Amino acid sequence: MRYLPLTADDRAAMLAAVGASTIDDLFVDVPAEARLTGPIAGLPLQASELAVERHMAALARQNRAAGDGPFFLGAGAYRHHVPASVDHLIQRGEFLTAYTPYQPEIAQGTLQMLFEFQTQVARLFGTDVANASMYDGSTACWEAIVMARRVTKRTTALISNGLHPHYRSVARTMAKYTRDTLIESDPALEPGTDWAALAAAVTKETSCVVVQYPDILGRIDDMAALAEACQAAGALLIAVVTEPVALGLIKSPGEMGADIVVGEGQALGVGLQFGGPYVGLFACKSKYVRQMPGRLCGETVDAKGKRGYVLTLSTREQHIRREKATSNICTNAGLCALAFSIHMTLLGEAGLRQLAAINHSRAKAAATELAKVPGVSVMNDSYFNEFTLLLPAEARPVVHALAEKGVLGGVSLGRLYPDNAGLANGLVVAVTETVTEEDIAAFAAALKEVLA
Amino acid sequence: MPRFYTEEHEWVEVDGEIATVGITDFAQGQLGDIVFVEVPDTGVELTKGGDAAVVESVKAASDIYAPVDGTVTEGNSALEEDPALANSDPEGEGWFFRMTLSDKAQLDGLMDSKGYKAYCDAL
Amino acid sequence: MSALNPTGWRPEMNAAGGADDNVTFTGNRALMLDEPLIFEIGSNQTTGVDFDENPEAADLGSLMRRDPIGLPGLSESETVRHYTRLSRQNYAIDLGLFPLGSCTMKHNPRLNEKVARMPGFADVHPLQPQETVQGALAVINELAEWLISLTGMYGVAMSPKAGAHGELCGVLCIKAALEARGEDRRVLLVPESAHGTNPATAAFAGFAVEDIPATKEGRVDLEALKARLGPDVAGVMITNPNTCGLFERDMKAISDAVHAAGGYVYCDGANFNAIVGKVRPGDLGIDAMHINLHKTFSTPHGGGGPGSGPVVLSEALAPYGPIPYSARYADGSFKLVEEESAGEEHPDTFGRMTAFHGQMGMFTRALTYILSHGADGLKQVAEDAVLNANYMLRSLEDVLDAPFAASGPCMHEALFSDKGLAEGFSTLDIAKGLIDEGYHPMTVYFPLVVHGAMLVEPTETESKAVLDQFIGALRSLALRAKNGDPALKSAPHFAPRARLDETGAARKPVLAWSEGEGA
Repeated sequence: MRYLPLTADDRAAMLAAVGASTIDDLFVDVPAEARLTGPIAGLPLQASELAVERHMAALARQNRAAGDGPFFLGAGAYRHHVPASVDHLIQRGEFLTAYTPYQPEIAQGTLQMLFEFQTQVARLFGTDVANASMYDGSTACWEAIVMARRVTKRTTALISNGLHPHYRSVARTMAKYTRDTLIESDPALEPGTDWAALAAAVTKETSCVVVQYPDILGRIDDMAALAEACQAAGALLIAVVTEPVALGLIKSPGEMGADIVVGEGQALGVGLQFGGPYVGLFACKSKYVRQMPGRLCGETVDAKGKRGYVLTLSTREQHIRREKATSNICTNAGLCALAFSIHMTLLGEAGLRQLAAINHSRAKAAATELAKVPGVSVMNDSYFNEFTLLLPAEARPVVHALAEKGVLGGVSLGRLYPDNAGLANGLVVAVTETVTEEDIAAFAAALKEVLA
Repeated sequence: MPRFYTEEHEWVEVDGEIATVGITDFAQGQLGDIVFVEVPDTGVELTKGGDAAVVESVKAASDIYAPVDGTVTEGNSALEEDPALANSDPEGEGWFFRMTLSDKAQLDGLMDSKGYKAYCDAL
Repeated sequence: MSALNPTGWRPEMNAAGGADDNVTFTGNRALMLDEPLIFEIGSNQTTGVDFDENPEAADLGSLMRRDPIGLPGLSESETVRHYTRLSRQNYAIDLGLFPLGSCTMKHNPRLNEKVARMPGFADVHPLQPQETVQGALAVINELAEWLISLTGMYGVAMSPKAGAHGELCGVLCIKAALEARGEDRRVLLVPESAHGTNPATAAFAGFAVEDIPATKEGRVDLEALKARLGPDVAGVMITNPNTCGLFERDMKAISDAVHAAGGYVYCDGANFNAIVGKVRPGDLGIDAMHINLHKTFSTPHGGGGPGSGPVVLSEALAPYGPIPYSARYADGSFKLVEEESAGEEHPDTFGRMTAFHGQMGMFTRALTYILSHGADGLKQVAEDAVLNANYMLRSLEDVLDAPFAASGPCMHEALFSDKGLAEGFSTLDIAKGLIDEGYHPMTVYFPLVVHGAMLVEPTETESKAVLDQFIGALRSLALRAKNGDPALKSAPHFAPRARLDETGAARKPVLAWSEGEGA
């Protein structure tokens, strides 16, 4: 086996050194009746690098890649162009094959990167502090709800109907067991958000209100009034951002008064990867920092007075507090956070703003073209790079028919909300800088044919 | 003023109707550098043995339990700014909170300084 | 502060007093290069990307972001240099032995990276119509079948994002199964020798946690466990091989006792590397076990994630596993059972744990690794990992206290303690001394059942020559610590940084850069 360096002579010498006659002498504590004698039957044996690559390449070819043709999917995962240097840099062995930076003297690379990442995320979100990342947006969203419970000592969360249904579903799964109460509902195909209704519904029992910005239907709205209502009632406002590129064009949730801002950072640097690994972003006002979950990197000095970085406030974490920890999570998404941070560094503020402007302008162009298809209208009156089309028929079969024609034409609301007939004609369409005018024309033509 | 000690390494000093509570020098030595202390808010009802405060060092977090029943009259806000006080002067300026005593009889179960010293020596 | 010498360090600041003999103008030392923060060298006008259009200004009214954001950019060349310089301040498996107990820092094969980047895997959206992603579904399914076969279990939940998330998945399956039986059991038993995540997970899922003590030989006290079982006990969370590096030889008896009392057995599979291909957890009565793909199956740790933690389940728990759930049909096609079909095909699921389908990028890497090894190679992995660890244990037990050396062979990791070091010397000093010797330290102060624990896990991808050199280095450090060598107290001397002030970092947290800093 090419990855195992011990030779037969090595093994013999080492067995002798430890006083064992066979390798199974070292497995004596495994009950003999349970010990396997040979390789597990029915499984293939070791294979050459060439053979494995061939097998995996064949599987890869059975997938339609996003870059193979017109592509308009979003709904929480976005296809942006990632500069070549990002993937090159994250594959440097010192980043790729390092561990969590528990020995700071020899992990300053990862630690300084995390400090820069935390600062970038906090600024993008308009908050004071951010952590070193979470698994993904959906788990970060649930952690924010739990954190709001810890801060307010209340257990009822109001969930906007514009929150990504998978995020809602994760929260619902967890709340069932933690005995938190979630007040939630499906969205309706209307241009306006439910934020004013949420502001009116906040009470002294509310731990938090959770809104998504831009939301699952692509809608954007001002959350300042909602933030005020939350503050007046002693509740926290949690904003979820699944498309961070939007914040190069529109106000950050922190600026509008959100207490906790979480999200999915996949759009920058990470790529689609069929849904994971992604990178959860988690940021908040500094007064709540000791209630924050996840890893945090902080600045300090070394014994010679040199500036350096360490993981800090780790007493919040599971390996110290065991059952009293703020969260059971002990991994972040280090390498994805690195990809996010490198991409953000390449963009800089000027590049991010331009990228966001291009996304918005392409989306407007696509919306204009698609609305010309007979029977089709754009539901939104405001959006960033994603909007909802109202079709004259159920969207789910339309998506499959479009795929037959080589167009990946968005995400049907029927797939996201299978039990809600009222949403069946909705199609969520995302348009990024990777979409060309030809793609838009091809989509519009294919949609026209499918609906005819 | 009489001073009592618990097996959880807290000290209680009684002055009339009010008890002042902190951690002992032995406890701060065990914890190492203290980086954060969370003291209870004024008005919080405490029950003997229940969580009252949290003290954190770089590598450990410990809960501080109420030595007796009572109501918090004051938390030591100086610890928020300067948690190191709990290391440098644990049995003086580094006190954690003050509370009323609902039942003075509860003090009978605690050690005096001599008893506490013997208790530590035996650890 | 001048960006030429970004750390603000000056020779007169040496804590030891007196000037440093070899001061440089930049603060660098040849190949040891200090690197400023992007906020100190970048600017809000600089960008390292270009676009082929400059659209007209958008008009989103009051929602427009007008204030500066404060995100500095660097040109591409500066970006490459910045991150390359940072990377060189990291230790990594690619540089040498990384003997972190319980973390399984083995070589990360590059074929796995190449495969994960194939456009058919890397450039695929999770919500594409399933007929366009049959190859991706086949990967999930093929990996699922391998995991089931290797563990002798009934089903597998693929979506958990890491080990702790997998634990949560398993514990929620137990909760759901108890609910289905109409029972409200509140207590999960967790041995002292378990990973710290175990009690945190149990508490997060709303269970009360009770400790079960360890025996003198470092294993679960079976009698104490049996004595605690009863109608209020939901089950046990056990780590096997355990955190002392020992196989729980009573595992089957533990499972039988827990099952007889109506509970379930969760096994933390973080240490599966030691037994893969040698014994199947399913044959030991385990109901749920997470597998860290980033440990046993070599997906890179990436400086702290991402991981991946699929959970294999017994027949008793499989119906409750989370969606999405991977299914293969008679016609050879694959499907992910999601919300739209869960009602018919997976009705008892406890629900979703994450958006989308899990860590696909890790699935492709892990499957590539598994196919490379095959059933015979994986068995060899466990045997070599255990042989390497025992070689460490027996080569060092004369100079370092090995508390469980008499408990029989260790599994994939060897445990030592700080007993017998000179007054004032600790495990930390040995760990920092290893840094100067060119190694990453072993896991220290864990498990908690041993004072000043040092947990050494060499993994199977290290050669005998590498082990011999490491053993020599550790022997010399053990002797220095026993003889009270004062130079060891201030180690590391040759790392990019000396010991860092963690106390100061925690007392006055600085978690983000601000403009006024260091001025």
